[in-house]
Amino acid sequence: MLNTVTHPTTTTPAVRFSSVSKHFGEVKAVDNVSADILDGEFFSMLGPSGSGKTTCLRLIAGFEMPTLGSIQLHGQEVSGRPPYERDVNTVFQDYALFPHMSVGENIAYGLMIKKVPKAEREKRVEEMLELVRLPGMSKRRPSQLSGGQRQRVALARALINRPRVLLLDEPLGALDLKLRQQMQIELKAIQERVGITFIFVTHDQEEALTMSDRIAVFNHGRIEQVGSPSEIYEHPATAFVAGFVGVSNLITGEAAKAITGSPDTFSIRPEKIHIRDAGIRVEDGECWADGRIRDVIYLGVNTRYLVELNSGSDLAVVQQNLESTSMDVLAARGREARLVWRREHNRRIGN
Amino acid sequence: MATKPSTQPNLWRQISTFFYLRPTLSFVLLLAPPLLWLGVVYLGSLFALLIQSFFRLDDYSGKVVREFTLATYEQLLTRANLDIITRTASMAATVTLACGLLAFPLGYYIARFASPRTKGFLFLAVLLPLWSSYLVRVYSWKLILAKEGIVSWFLAQLGLSGVLETLLKLPVIGGPSLSFSSMGMFFVFVYVWLPYMILPIQAALERIPNSLLEASSDLGARPGETFRNVVLPLAFPGVVAGSIFTFSLTLGDYIIPSVIGNSSYFIGAAVLSHQGTSGNIPLAAAFTVVPVVIMGIYLFTARKLGAFDAL
Repeated sequence: MLNTVTHPTTTTPAVRFSSVSKHFGEVKAVDNVSADILDGEFFSMLGPSGSGKTTCLRLIAGFEMPTLGSIQLHGQEVSGRPPYERDVNTVFQDYALFPHMSVGENIAYGLMIKKVPKAEREKRVEEMLELVRLPGMSKRRPSQLSGGQRQRVALARALINRPRVLLLDEPLGALDLKLRQQMQIELKAIQERVGITFIFVTHDQEEALTMSDRIAVFNHGRIEQVGSPSEIYEHPATAFVAGFVGVSNLITGEAAKAITGSPDTFSIRPEKIHIRDAGIRVEDGECWADGRIRDVIYLGVNTRYLVELNSGSDLAVVQQNLESTSMDVLAARGREARLVWRREHNRRIGN
Repeated sequence: MATKPSTQPNLWRQISTFFYLRPTLSFVLLLAPPLLWLGVVYLGSLFALLIQSFFRLDDYSGKVVREFTLATYEQLLTRANLDIITRTASMAATVTLACGLLAFPLGYYIARFASPRTKGFLFLAVLLPLWSSYLVRVYSWKLILAKEGIVSWFLAQLGLSGVLETLLKLPVIGGPSLSFSSMGMFFVFVYVWLPYMILPIQAALERIPNSLLEASSDLGARPGETFRNVVLPLAFPGVVAGSIFTFSLTLGDYIIPSVIGNSSYFIGAAVLSHQGTSGNIPLAAAFTVVPVVIMGIYLFTARKLGAFDAL
């Protein structure tokens, strides 16, 4: 299942999973996962809920212990070691800020436990508040902050300990779209500034694509594919990855044979397909299929067409509204068309 | 025939609409009975009590003189009465402390570890004694703690009679037998008020999200440090709530001191005898003000210590 991606691994990986499984009774939450997360990279674990990504994160943090296999942090075996003996910190999904402490006390918590002198603690809290752009907020209570501000405090509280690995458990899930997009950019910038390995759990494929150096796509407790965002998007290894990351048309059997000459399943991204007039001439190296536009969904920036192919299956097509208006695109409904795309955009799917 | 059934719902509909459009009126009507009860019966009687404590009893005629005076409070602060107050307050404090120490581990277990089944069973076990009569339970304890009672018998079987006798010889807490000693009274107080401590502590612990404990250990805190820095401060409002129950219930109780113990006076018993036997209503009222003041100071201190910050 696991695709090994060629990366120069001269240093020891920040995190190494070797055949790790975690069972909860009958449920195999994590099922024989092996992966290396490199030092300093922004690594996302992407998958639907219940796919095992959060359990993997909790295994790294030490909140769960693996049923089988071993986990190494910077070359050191950690399975069996409690969270407080691991050089990792976590940003929790619900932020988990201590309600009885001020923002400053929350951020300084790790330093207080390590008995760092008060003066230095305060200095570093101020630095952290600068980093997450909440200067002067240290006296506030968590309950007085907005969701986005709490998020930043949770980040500061984890980063102040200068961990070698930072774990983020769907930290942007509770924020509204605009704020989420802004935080995605900020998180990436902070990661580049501090140079710490970030391991980011999300079910939002766009979020993973935006921020990550590499992504591991999880399904049913296993990793389906590991790769850079472009590799994952453009060369999905399995039908699941093709369907989960972005939208994909999967074409199989007779319909596939009519287009490529082979009945093997292949995927084609909707935005790679052009809608042309019926009967138009096709260039060399292009694929085509004829059909009728059954539905048109105008989405502002682009338009989604659903085309019923003459060979039977449906294809989704996305076109940018560069020059067309909503009137133009909606008038296309019911029209016969020829769909054309470049052959190299076809992705053969293994199973 | 056709109009009759439709007028009935219409009337109800009109009434409903009338109240729907006047939410304030609905609130006032709903709140008036409890507010009247609270205002007149609770606070009114408390206020009457407070006024009584500023009257005095005429020693010769035995009648209450209805003039403002601090003479009754002067009388309250005499040596004998101060002893009663100290005795009661220290008993209440020890009982509260013991209840807290016993209730916390149990509340912690119920809130964080027990399976739903065990939880239900433990709740039942905690609440079951409250379903039986308080008097019956106190008198049962008199028998349990008696010289020939099961406790003495059991200790004798273990060959520990000597220990019990040594304990009973101690000043203040000792006495002729457990059922005639402050020690015995302490056991019974802890027994009757323990549920009132367990429940609020359990509720407070239940409300602490697991992620806070994980966050603390993630930030390097060992379990003991997590307990001190996160669990205890967040459970503190529950401990305070429970201690208000155990403390004030012990301060005001007059049955246990009269059934168990060496017949030295407690505040409750003093109030009973002053307002009953000797007819000294002002002094009885002044005695009753004492627990109110103590609780007021207690709550104020708890607030200053930040007990309610996380609420």
